[in-house]
Amino acid sequence: MLRLCNACRYCEGYCAVFPAMERRSAFSAADVNYLANLCHNCGECYYACPYTPPHEYALNLPKVLAEIRVETYAQFAFPRSFSLAHRNSTLVISVLIAIAVGLITALVAAFGSFAAPGADFYAVLPHQVMAFTLGLVFVLAAIAMLVAFVRFWRDGIGVPIEAAPLIASLNDTLRLTNLDGHGAGCPYPQERLSQMRRWFHHATFYGFLLCFASTCVAAFYHFVLGWRAPYPYLSVPVLLGTLGGLGLLIGPAGLFWLKRKRDPALDDLNPRAFGETFIVLLLLASFTGLLLLALRETKAMSWLLIVHLGVVLALFASLPYGKFMHGKFRFAALLRNAFEQSRRV
Amino acid sequence: MSDAFPVFDVLIAGGGNAAMCAALSARESGATVLVAECAPQHMRAGNSRHARNFRCMHASPTSVLTDAYTEEEYFSDLLKVTAGHTNEELARLAIRSSPECFAWMQQHGVRFQPSLAGTLHLGRTNAFFLGGGKALVNTYYAIAEQLGVRVLYNAEVTALRVCGGRFESATITTDGSPIEIRAKALVAASGGFEANIEWLSEAWGHAAMNFIIRGTPYNRGKILRLLLDHGADQVVDPSQFHAIALDARAPKFDGGIVTRLDTLPLGIVVNQRGQRFYDEGEDLWPKRYAIWGRLIAQQPDQIAYSIVDSKTAGLVMPSAFPAMQARTIRELAGLLPLPADALEATVAEFNRSVVDGSFDHTLLDNCHTRGLSPDKTHWALKLDSPPFYGYPLRPGITFTYLGVKVNRYGQVVMKDGRPSPNIFAAGEIMAGNILGQGYVAGIGMTIGTVFGRIAGQGAASATR
Repeated sequence: MLRLCNACRYCEGYCAVFPAMERRSAFSAADVNYLANLCHNCGECYYACPYTPPHEYALNLPKVLAEIRVETYAQFAFPRSFSLAHRNSTLVISVLIAIAVGLITALVAAFGSFAAPGADFYAVLPHQVMAFTLGLVFVLAAIAMLVAFVRFWRDGIGVPIEAAPLIASLNDTLRLTNLDGHGAGCPYPQERLSQMRRWFHHATFYGFLLCFASTCVAAFYHFVLGWRAPYPYLSVPVLLGTLGGLGLLIGPAGLFWLKRKRDPALDDLNPRAFGETFIVLLLLASFTGLLLLALRETKAMSWLLIVHLGVVLALFASLPYGKFMHGKFRFAALLRNAFEQSRRV
Repeated sequence: MSDAFPVFDVLIAGGGNAAMCAALSARESGATVLVAECAPQHMRAGNSRHARNFRCMHASPTSVLTDAYTEEEYFSDLLKVTAGHTNEELARLAIRSSPECFAWMQQHGVRFQPSLAGTLHLGRTNAFFLGGGKALVNTYYAIAEQLGVRVLYNAEVTALRVCGGRFESATITTDGSPIEIRAKALVAASGGFEANIEWLSEAWGHAAMNFIIRGTPYNRGKILRLLLDHGADQVVDPSQFHAIALDARAPKFDGGIVTRLDTLPLGIVVNQRGQRFYDEGEDLWPKRYAIWGRLIAQQPDQIAYSIVDSKTAGLVMPSAFPAMQARTIRELAGLLPLPADALEATVAEFNRSVVDGSFDHTLLDNCHTRGLSPDKTHWALKLDSPPFYGYPLRPGITFTYLGVKVNRYGQVVMKDGRPSPNIFAAGEIMAGNILGQGYVAGIGMTIGTVFGRIAGQGAASATR
């Protein structure tokens, strides 16, 4: 398939994948892994291609690259056997959430109280226990992600890090320039061009960052300034968390909706369920978080907190093994692409 | 007449670039429009599926075109390739209208990109469609749908009713059931007859069986034949076609651009007897690649073989099928297959005749042979560095030139010299008026767009 694409080249103006392909005349497995992760799965090339099925060449590059991409998440996961790529990820995540909620419930029973006195989360679960449990899982997940990233880097990336390509690839990653389609957007979910996917992804990505920032500020308040939660609605951590939570509500909901409307010719069931599981997990986390914020003065607070912490714990635990890795691999691929471009001129 | 088919103002026969430009123009001029495309939806748009650029006159650099390209230069390029076989009035009309079309295309959502890698020589003259011809027509079809243009697929026009040069109705057969469709005007934009092997055989005899058709199997020239039968005047004879050297392993139809081969000027080309038959180094490849289809068509069994060695094999664009590869010429002969003794003798004689020079495949260098018949006048390097690579070649027909005569309003001119009041033609079916022979890249899309718009507007006014 890559050979045919490379002989045709009509798609070269769409995204980074085709020029990257043209820089090669032969493709190793590592090259293919790199190209697969460079693809943003917009579908432009599929609709423009005169050789898609039922043509006898039967080309469907984005679909094939999507399958390979999911394989790379499995191939480089640490430990490999934990990857969700070849599993019924919805089922695994459901079980994981149940276990995580059960664990938080057990911790509350052991160290805290099910009563909900006002908005004091730490009366339900003491701060040390909460921070230790979530922190531990997060650190383990971060290590697993780092190992996976390094494995992928060694396989298909492996370029020296230089300032200009780094800046270019950060720009590509943070602005999703490859989904811009020269200003017209991309054919997602169907053939008509739109910027919807890009904006929903921005809401998700920046929502996630804001939530992360909220947690960092709160940790700073607690450990450095010694200010104890709950923080007022107009405090920095709550504002950041609320904004982020809204982003994480709107973004994933939009992405989920788009995915459901996606042209079936471009979507495979396995990559799709794999992606959707992550989206649903993000949605659950933001939804339970915002609900908790809204109802923190009520009696429901303790159980909402338990469910929210359980979901966040499950989310953390699943990060290295699910769709979350796409961002890291995509960034690495974009970095390599920017490096190759810088060497060409 | 069933309720599903009211009388339309304009019937468009065809579904490619010219047809859709006509459909949009007619609709935007207020006419109701029915498009009858004989291909199924996934194969719609005929040769436009494989098009990639639009040759455009321009006075100063644009978003994707460099420098300037004047009317005079454009026309002189056309004169060179057609050796004067062109209708100057229509040619200049197409050329002068090209900038306006370029703007019109952009207004209709067509996106352009700088010239593709490997086509830098076209960066000044040709605007490349982002994603190619299929993306272009997808854009038009999407707008047509928004504007309420009705499109029928698998809809072949099997008969026309024409009285005294005036179109009355067409019989359209969809899935085996014919319906008579009346319309106030007809735009014939249904391409040439390159996929009609029987028609090609009328001029080429048995050789036509060995031609490969680069575009869809639906370009059968049905409307062209009907119009000629109804008294339309003809331009160009049926033996004329645009054909290039194609990988013989290409599919019989619709293999597209990926099966073309650019190795020919870098090595030798032999026929099935293992003998060379033409100067492979005659001129720069972009200028000369279109003569090879015809040259191969004239060889025994319409087959030839391009042979290069490891010195030059990497200099060209990759193609769809990997080369046959061997350590020796004899071994390669076995793979292709060719008579080994003859091929060895040809290569040996060629190598003996090569005069040393400094090789540069990007210009007319001084590497040539001396004393051969025929000599290779440029890029002649000894075939002495294994591995040797071979590709089997067939003539690949891009399009045919025979068409109906039109005037500057896009009206089909009848044999008595009078234009039809309501039959218009656009695209490949009338391109022969401008392009009597030869080809300059991207002019087909220019003719299709310019005359598609003229025909669409003309057809819409003919209904009033």
